Amino acid sequence: MSTIKITVNRYNPEKSSERYTQSYTIPYKEDMVVLDALNYIKNHVDGTLTHRWSCRMGVCGSCGMMINGDPKLSCATFLRDYYPGEVQVDALAHFPVIRDLVIDMSDFMDKLVEIKPWIIRSEEKPLEEGEYLQSPDELNLYRQFSMCINCMICYSACPVYGHDQSFLGPAAIALAHRYNMDSRDEGQDQRAEIIGSHEGIWGCTFVGECTRVCPKHVDPAAAIQRSKVQLTKEYFLSWIWPRGKR
Amino acid sequence: MPISLPMTEKMSHDILIVGGGAAGLRAAIAAAEVDANIDIAVVSKVFPMRSHTVSAEGGAAAVLREDDSLDLHAFDTIRGSDYLADQDVVETFIEKAPEELIQLEHWGCPWSRDVDGKISVRAFGGMSVKRTVYASDKTGFHMLHALFQTSLKYTQIRRYDEWFVTSLLIEEGKCVGVTALDLETGQLHPIVAKVVLLCTGGGGQIFPFTTNASIKTGDGMAMAYRAGAALKDMEFVQYHPTGLPGTGILITEASRGEGGHLINKEGERFLERYIPGKMELGPRDILSRAIMTEMKEGRAFEGEYGGYVHLDLTHLGEKMIDEKLPFVRELVVKYVGIDPVHEPIPVRPVVHYMMGGVSTDINGNTSIPGLLAAGEVACITLNGANRLGSNSLTECLVFGALSGRAGAQYALEQQPVSENAVRSLADKEQKRIAKQFLEKEGGKERVASLQEEMHLTMEKGCGVYRTGESLQESCTTLKKLRERFADVAIDDRGRIFNTDLRGALELEFMLEVAECIAHSALAREESRGAQSRLDFPERSDEKFLHHLLAYATPEGPRFEQQPVTITRWPPEERKY
Repeated sequence: MSTIKITVNRYNPEKSSERYTQSYTIPYKEDMVVLDALNYIKNHVDGTLTHRWSCRMGVCGSCGMMINGDPKLSCATFLRDYYPGEVQVDALAHFPVIRDLVIDMSDFMDKLVEIKPWIIRSEEKPLEEGEYLQSPDELNLYRQFSMCINCMICYSACPVYGHDQSFLGPAAIALAHRYNMDSRDEGQDQRAEIIGSHEGIWGCTFVGECTRVCPKHVDPAAAIQRSKVQLTKEYFLSWIWPRGKR
Repeated sequence: MPISLPMTEKMSHDILIVGGGAAGLRAAIAAAEVDANIDIAVVSKVFPMRSHTVSAEGGAAAVLREDDSLDLHAFDTIRGSDYLADQDVVETFIEKAPEELIQLEHWGCPWSRDVDGKISVRAFGGMSVKRTVYASDKTGFHMLHALFQTSLKYTQIRRYDEWFVTSLLIEEGKCVGVTALDLETGQLHPIVAKVVLLCTGGGGQIFPFTTNASIKTGDGMAMAYRAGAALKDMEFVQYHPTGLPGTGILITEASRGEGGHLINKEGERFLERYIPGKMELGPRDILSRAIMTEMKEGRAFEGEYGGYVHLDLTHLGEKMIDEKLPFVRELVVKYVGIDPVHEPIPVRPVVHYMMGGVSTDINGNTSIPGLLAAGEVACITLNGANRLGSNSLTECLVFGALSGRAGAQYALEQQPVSENAVRSLADKEQKRIAKQFLEKEGGKERVASLQEEMHLTMEKGCGVYRTGESLQESCTTLKKLRERFADVAIDDRGRIFNTDLRGALELEFMLEVAECIAHSALAREESRGAQSRLDFPERSDEKFLHHLLAYATPEGPRFEQQPVTITRWPPEERKY
């Protein structure tokens, strides 16, 4: 039977403030993903190994982690891409670690509320009047930005967030942009204030790491770029036409 | 280290919703809109956007078009249910369904659109016309995120993310809250509420091959059952005809709705033999049985994970697949290593949905005052013996909203709950968990091994085809597994984020629900919808046109019968 070595960077604050590595050699099969390996260890070798997972089909966003140094979904990363070499897993970079591979994502959950990710309108159409019409082209303007699964992989790859955690970050800005681009929404000004009030966005240097690592092919870098252009435009327009006259 | 009960914190709410999927979030928003002063809690063992609603792909049904009618949707649902649906519930459902889907549209859900800007509809199994609204093939994902993001604007909704509810607090026959384990700290808290609404979903993890996420462990069903509520129609477990062998990953019914074919080893569209009038658009119970029969009769392919047939989309073309089924393509390329644009997809029936659940009335009330249920955890009864694809997402919205409102109204009429009584109940639960798991000495059973044995007996005895003998064997095995569970020893005795403990508590839930499924299936000596008894191959309206209510006793479930509500559609032969 083939085997593969999995090395986990572990952390248990009840035992020690230091992280430590632990290696496990487990049976290998070609169709196994990294998550299968972790579950094998958890079920059969060491029940103290701690990781999050749920859908195992790349859509719930629970199982992001560093795999041989890259932030990835463990349910969508095959062992065969590393075999016969070893696989090293670690908690997502740039986040506080709660235990082993479980990160503290409360910072993101707070930022999510800040950007007001819901439809904002001055007037609601009654339900009896049916849907707001939206053409396929209008849908396509924001659709890819609505595909974010909140897996935190882009934050883990973002050098700006790594340096300055006040940065709203790729997923939050992409989501704000998703609502801004939605033909049903009128909340652009409110969100612009929030996005513009954070220094972070100007620190983004378009290295585009967020877009490169996104497992769902969202393009947060483009959302950030367009938000910056919009903010700059608003800034100049506010000199020409004071607020409220636009 | 033992978990401790914090003595100072007070957590008290008007309405407490367990579960943050489509039903739970819809209920939370509905409750918030009843009265701005209502204090709402959503307690979920995962962050709400991780809830299993996220995995639903194909769509949500409602009558939105001129060529459709409410009566037709009702009839399709009732015929699909093999006449076990309560027809007053079906009528409420189809009436409320359109406004709920429009409401989701107003909340930003990116429904797919026709060129004129209207919401698109697609064909689905067992539905007479196109009435399934969709967001590409990630409908559940988009609905869940739209609901979650919309819920963020209601500041009266307090969330307890990654808090695992371990029991319901019952005081003088009324439900007055829950105990919940804060996974991050490992502390067990009593959370008091005037009303508790269960929205915890199903329990597909009881079976080995399932589309269900790892979190679907029947928690709400088991807790309600332990607390004395009835579980209704538990024998009806839906197999989705098209899951990936091995992983069980769902390949949406929309694949067939958009024109995909099921093909056997001989290259035949074998459904011609089973349901020529509907072919691939037949209901799930009939299609799953057809595939199992092809396997048994040697006309299926054989692979590492047993028999399978082909789902062929190649004739649809790359453009259509990318537009309508991009997630299917992504999943198959990733997990099977073939491109469905050029090659057929290997599929087999996999456990997908539980028609049964906590017995409720039309407003979501269970038999325990102060305890409601909605969504898959509940059996209201909309789906009867077989649910139609795309009715369940809508069910979460319609009955999530109704029970959220009903719960809020009920809470407004209640006096505050005495926290002292609750504390002693919670203290008992804390001691139970410490004694049984965290401070246990000895014990030689492993959670994962017991779970594997449960899987084996459920697949063998309670699968697509059942016999009295196979079910009896499952009942016996499950009883033994429950006894052996008392001897479980977990590896992790720590407090912080103890998923080993959570897994043990989940297995305990699953074993109880599994036992209820097996006994219910044994008690129903007929074949109807998803229940297919080889020893009783016919439907018997004379003996079994009723619901089976299971109540927990130390010896196993005790059964009562409840009549089916028939309004306008008298039972007839189920023909397609």
